[in-house]
Amino acid sequence: MSLTPLHDAAAVPAVHPTDAGSLGVLLLLVIGLPALGAAVLLLGGRRTDKWGHLLGCATVIGSLVLSLVLFFDLLGKDAGERQLTQDTWTWFTAGSYKVTFDLLYDPLSAVFLLLITGVGSLIHVYSVGYMAHDERRRRFFGYLNLFVAAMLVLVLAGDYVGVFLGWEGVGLASYLLIGFWQHKPSAAAAAKKAFVINRVGDIGLSLGAALIFVTFGSTSFTVVSAASEHAGDGVLTAIGLLLLLAACGKSAQFPLQTWLLDAMEGPTPVSALIHAATMVTAGVYLIVRSNFIFSLTEDARTAVIVVGCITLLMGAIIGCAKDDIKKALAGSTMSQIGYMVLAAGLGPAGYAFAIFHLLTHGAFKANMFLGAGSVMHGMDDDVNMRHYGALQKAMPLTFATFAVGYLAIIGVPPFAGFWSKDKIIESAFADNFVVGLCALVGAGVTAFYMSRLMLLTFFTKKRWEKGVHPHESPNVMTWPLIGLAVLSAAGGLLLVNDWIVDWLTPVVGEHAEEHLSVSPLVMSLIALLVVALGVLVAWVFVGQRDVPREAPVKVSFVTRAARAELYGDAFNEEVIVKPGWSGVRGLAVFDRGFVDGIVEGTAASFAGISSRFRLAQNGFVRSYALALLAGAAMVLLALLAVNFS
Amino acid sequence: MVAFWILAPVMVAAALGLLFARKAVHAALLLAVVMISLAVLYAVQDAPFLFAVQIIVYTGAILMLFLFVIMLVGVDASDSIVETIRGHRAASILVGLVFGLTLVLGVAQVSFGAPLGLDEANSEGNIPAVAKILFTRYVFAFEITSALLITAALGAMVLAHRERLTPKPTQAQLAAQRVRDYAEHGKHLGPLPPPGVFARHNAVDTPALLPDGTAAEASISRVLAARGTVKSAPELAEDVKALTEGDD
Amino acid sequence: MDVTPFIVLSAILFTIGCVGVLTRRNAIVVFMCVELMLNASNLALVTFSRANGNLEGQIAAFFVMVVAAAEVVVGLAIIMTIFRTRRSASVDDASLLKY
Repeated sequence: MSLTPLHDAAAVPAVHPTDAGSLGVLLLLVIGLPALGAAVLLLGGRRTDKWGHLLGCATVIGSLVLSLVLFFDLLGKDAGERQLTQDTWTWFTAGSYKVTFDLLYDPLSAVFLLLITGVGSLIHVYSVGYMAHDERRRRFFGYLNLFVAAMLVLVLAGDYVGVFLGWEGVGLASYLLIGFWQHKPSAAAAAKKAFVINRVGDIGLSLGAALIFVTFGSTSFTVVSAASEHAGDGVLTAIGLLLLLAACGKSAQFPLQTWLLDAMEGPTPVSALIHAATMVTAGVYLIVRSNFIFSLTEDARTAVIVVGCITLLMGAIIGCAKDDIKKALAGSTMSQIGYMVLAAGLGPAGYAFAIFHLLTHGAFKANMFLGAGSVMHGMDDDVNMRHYGALQKAMPLTFATFAVGYLAIIGVPPFAGFWSKDKIIESAFADNFVVGLCALVGAGVTAFYMSRLMLLTFFTKKRWEKGVHPHESPNVMTWPLIGLAVLSAAGGLLLVNDWIVDWLTPVVGEHAEEHLSVSPLVMSLIALLVVALGVLVAWVFVGQRDVPREAPVKVSFVTRAARAELYGDAFNEEVIVKPGWSGVRGLAVFDRGFVDGIVEGTAASFAGISSRFRLAQNGFVRSYALALLAGAAMVLLALLAVNFS
Repeated sequence: MVAFWILAPVMVAAALGLLFARKAVHAALLLAVVMISLAVLYAVQDAPFLFAVQIIVYTGAILMLFLFVIMLVGVDASDSIVETIRGHRAASILVGLVFGLTLVLGVAQVSFGAPLGLDEANSEGNIPAVAKILFTRYVFAFEITSALLITAALGAMVLAHRERLTPKPTQAQLAAQRVRDYAEHGKHLGPLPPPGVFARHNAVDTPALLPDGTAAEASISRVLAARGTVKSAPELAEDVKALTEGDD
Repeated sequence: MDVTPFIVLSAILFTIGCVGVLTRRNAIVVFMCVELMLNASNLALVTFSRANGNLEGQIAAFFVMVVAAAEVVVGLAIIMTIFRTRRSASVDDASLLKY
């Protein structure tokens, strides 16, 4: 595999921010508002129940406004002056190592801020309606605000340790929100699974940050980006692989992907915000932010690309066989993030496209998830698509917005997904034929399973359960849908004049020109052809046939494998869980038998010895007198020995 | 020195006898042998005062105390040969041997040099010299030991005293008890038989004669009977006959 | 007159007294063996008094005798009291302080 050679040191941009000045307060408020909201809602208790949801929305909307102000301010600056830092306070110092909470606001953070607060606000508003009948709604908003605050810390931190803080914070929020319906054992188990698998990824981030500290003496982006060219290849590759491990955990990439589909146990707004738009993209953020490391090491980038390819195909295949609408969308998320990771692995050629796809995906995936929530709301919270059918007429607005998202994800122009995914496929082909082929095939499969989803849900015949009367959702739920649909449609505008590429250049470096064997237009046409093929296959095999209400048992091996999520869980079970259990059992036996044996054995032996010795106390004075005499004899002998030696 | 070599084996033999004697009385008498031999050795070693004190105080008072208590506690009382504690006898002998040998060997190794002798110390006579030291240097210890003796005597009185817990039976009660015993158990009502008309002796070991000429068993101490030191009646009869016929 | 034989004799008597204390069961005989030990030490004291040329040893022996007298008085009184209650003068009777 030949990657675009990248040994030009000047290509790696350094992070050297200027002081934010008066904007610094706004930066602090952006994080502070949701944090305050979370504190008030979670600590305030039942008193805040009546207006809790409104406060939750208000804080995030406030952050959105501030993010917009900051963004426009940044737009107004010159390209070279778009890195701002706001000093806050020092977290800890250890010798010469100093970790601060200083914030870094640059083009990358700016777009992330807009994504998080923008999509976040819409989802908060949606949740007001979706969770209206839940008595713990206030707590839900508290957790959502907590999540937003943690995610903002993650993207605004100027230090790997700060990123770690936000990383853990979103992990916590994810756990709390997946397991929000605590009474359901499946939800609790899913939350635990997500947390534990994320923990494995966190090892990568903590070890990576430690290795960075050992190599560069600091974990601040400013210092590391300036010094990364001077580090050895081996060290850089190691750091890159560790950060990749962290990204795999958070972004549900192979091999740490098994938690994402289980995470759909959480309420739909959670799935939309966290497991589609924002948290799962944190891995991609990490890789792009660490471009000053990845750009310098081919091996790590190769690993990233491999992981991306595997995952995008894996997610697509899983999505094909799932009957649960949320799980199908989760598989889709896994696959799309695979695309982003793939693009990020391409180096400067792909960083900008990865972020571009991240932004568009955030819009259309959140859109589709909220749409699915709307469908579930109308179908009495049933998630099985085999019980849907012909909802186009029953829920027209939901259908319309969902359709926009669908067209965006399969990559139909002029919707946003077309532009972003196309760019990735182009860059993939420019890099390596196999990688490009994976991306292209993935696009086809995406088209297939998304079309299947659309057909099963909105077209085909009615397969509704008895007593279900699907109806359109209330306005508080449909307006966010409309908002996201607009974004899904218009997202492509970001690419006009390569704006997004230029915007991110100060962060990721000069965009390397790729050399395709065919022209971009031909590439796009081929991609569209593949997509059309996928849609056609779906229409023939799903749309034209009767859909059975029960999932058929006799299916091909591929279908069975896909239903079992490509045996990801089975693999974890066999390779990790079972050996872990036997290890624990072995340790328990060792502890009881050997360690306890030693301790209790020592005690028992002492008891035995003393029960022997106590027989010497037979109560007879004469025996004691004998002992006295023997002692006197010994003293005599000792005296003689001393005297005559 | 001659005295020493004669008396030393005697003392050792007596001490070993003390170890093996069955009856306590024999043990006491053997101890007396040891003590008197020691007194002689004191005399030999120019300690005439101690010679006298050893015999008078140790043998004459302390040993007699022992004999009195043996009398009170029971002359019959004897040790059985069987050792109740397993392995104790062997262990005692072994340890004793070790101790003894060590002591003797240790002492034998020491060269004491020629004894200075007490000729100078005893120049005014042993007793005045002893008195001089005792009542000047050691007068305080002397007073304290006298206090000790008084305390010991008092202690012995307190220990040996028996408090009367029930009222002393009166003469009338004793008489009534005697009649009751005769009625219930057939015990002889009267006093023990006296020596009798033809008694020639009133010794303890001479039984009284009943009218039919047999000896009265109640008139002889059980202990003497057990020892078999009672004079028999036919002997007495011979005695009487000799007397009466001799009178004519 | 040599000092050593007297001391050796004293040692032998002392040892025999020790063994007697260990072996005999009758309390009075045990007491007698203790008296034997005291006498043996008296002999040693008198012998050393002669060896050192002063009367300190004899004074010491004198005091030993006095104290032995007091001790015998009280000790025998105790034995007698115990005999009154227990009807037995065996040393092995006091064996409650055991395992």
